[in-house]
Amino acid sequence: MNEDQSKKALVIDDTAYETRFTTKFLRRKSYAPPNPKHVLAYIPGTIQEIYVTPGQQVKWGDSLLVLEAMKMRNDVTADIDGTIKSVNVSQNEKVMKNQLLIEFE
Amino acid sequence: MSLASQMMEFFRRKSKAILGGGEKAIEKQVALGKLTARDRITTLLDPESFHEYDLFVEHKCTDFNMDKKQLAADGVITGTGNIEGFPLCIFAQDFTVAGGSLGLMHARKITKIMDHALKLGIPLIGINDSGGARIQEGVNSLAGYGEIFFRNTQASGVIPQISVILGPCAGGAVYSPALTDFVFVVENVSKMFITGPEVIKTVLGEEISMEDLGGARVQTEITGNAHFFAKTEQECFEQIKKLMTFIPWNNRKKPDSFPPKPPRPEYDVDKVIPTNPRQPYDVRDLIRAICDDSDFFEIQEHWAANIVIGFARLNGETVGIVGNQPLVLAGVLDVDSSDKAARFIRFCDAFNIPLITFVDLPGYLPGVDQEHAGVIRHGAKILYAYSEATVPKVTVITRKAYGGGYIAMCSRHLGADFVFAWPTAEIAVMGPEGAANIIFRNEIAQADDPDAVRQQKVQEYTEKFANPYIAAANGHVDAVLNPDETRETLIHSIQISHDKQEIRPQRKHGIPPF
Repeated sequence: MNEDQSKKALVIDDTAYETRFTTKFLRRKSYAPPNPKHVLAYIPGTIQEIYVTPGQQVKWGDSLLVLEAMKMRNDVTADIDGTIKSVNVSQNEKVMKNQLLIEFE
Repeated sequence: MSLASQMMEFFRRKSKAILGGGEKAIEKQVALGKLTARDRITTLLDPESFHEYDLFVEHKCTDFNMDKKQLAADGVITGTGNIEGFPLCIFAQDFTVAGGSLGLMHARKITKIMDHALKLGIPLIGINDSGGARIQEGVNSLAGYGEIFFRNTQASGVIPQISVILGPCAGGAVYSPALTDFVFVVENVSKMFITGPEVIKTVLGEEISMEDLGGARVQTEITGNAHFFAKTEQECFEQIKKLMTFIPWNNRKKPDSFPPKPPRPEYDVDKVIPTNPRQPYDVRDLIRAICDDSDFFEIQEHWAANIVIGFARLNGETVGIVGNQPLVLAGVLDVDSSDKAARFIRFCDAFNIPLITFVDLPGYLPGVDQEHAGVIRHGAKILYAYSEATVPKVTVITRKAYGGGYIAMCSRHLGADFVFAWPTAEIAVMGPEGAANIIFRNEIAQADDPDAVRQQKVQEYTEKFANPYIAAANGHVDAVLNPDETRETLIHSIQISHDKQEIRPQRKHGIPPF
């Protein structure tokens, strides 16, 4: 029921096996290494405050914004020293998990 | 008071309590396509076999004007009865009474019938249809849930526990079914989740329907929380009745024997497996070609379909069957399939059901998602479950049994009593292509015609290692069988294992990689 009925090839140890894929397998995300210049929402929630603007220089540990989630105000800080390229959210905006909030140059 | 008036009073009280939440609430329940709690019990059980207790139990809550409210039977029906002659304890939450909400006395009725089931050594069936905790009763309602969970855990592995989700089952309430052995769900009726769509919308801003969040299909296809999917309550009850015939009353008994039947002629064991080892087949056809009446009762059919689990009979005796499914993901082991098989193996071991394992897999599923999802920890569950099991364990290797997958699938090394292989079996550290590419890497790279050398090396490896005879020469395989002999050999090995005893070191309990 939840597998794709068409036959596909699954390669294991250099051998291709003819088989069907499950929906879960088909929907698996391909891995992308984390980009240190992207600040992502690590939890879904609401943007309460934004402390930075594009062009601003920030240092590691500086507060970037407040992400409220599960009734907690989470201080989102910079993981690197750098210049803010863009702020992709506005105050009171609801954000999903892993949504891009801020980009560094 | 005269006898007549005493009888009148009895009938008045009884008929009122039996009506549950009253006619209007019953109409609503029926309009949702649901049976009433009482009808569910009488439909599921053998005719006239239901005996009810605690019909006159009342709640003790006085807050929020609850003292002025009477709740019939406190919203849950409990009793004993039979299915196909099997004795059992049963409870059914009555959604027509305050939404089937769980207060302290409601919970105490459930724990009382659970205590009975455990003492009497008979299965417990719980029919869940409840809006959740009765908020007016506050922390006492939570106490009720906790007392149920405690008993589910005490009864685990002692009596079979079955949960039937026939309505909402949300929040803490989901954890009683989660602690039981088999969970049944019905399309458009069952809804299970920890936090509902409302909370998810408020907190996260995500919109989702109850059905898409935790409906019957989700629970049987995506989460694996439920074991059996049915389109109607009636179909669900038929599934429960059939399950009951395969399992024993308790862990001191064996399942009932039935008259032996040969497999049906349309399933031919010689015709199941394709000649090309890379082509798939449906392992269920193989199981049907071997078991009595070709009747295989599959569990969790729609989840982690790369492994197949279920009950069947051999010569009239229940066996638990685990088989890699080459039809789906080449039959690999992964996070979900390991989890699925391990739990089933532990059920069979707890309830004296011999295990038969059909092996045909290329190994574990590679991938970042699998590694990050903890395939090490989850994959270990299947090793633990097989090693721990002391019921008779018989393994049949039909084709590929490579590497870690070979070890995991009830190999001799994990304590299988008998390991058989077909002449088509390939018991090796990996497939010929992979092995040749590693062992002869330099030779292949330095050759004038690498492809030709590779082909030749693969060929050599295949001839030398892709067979059952090296494992047989080392005693890892007990016999190489003509597929025709499989059924008879399995019946024999189960029969002679009837009084098998295996002593394990004394301990409070093991620590499986949950």
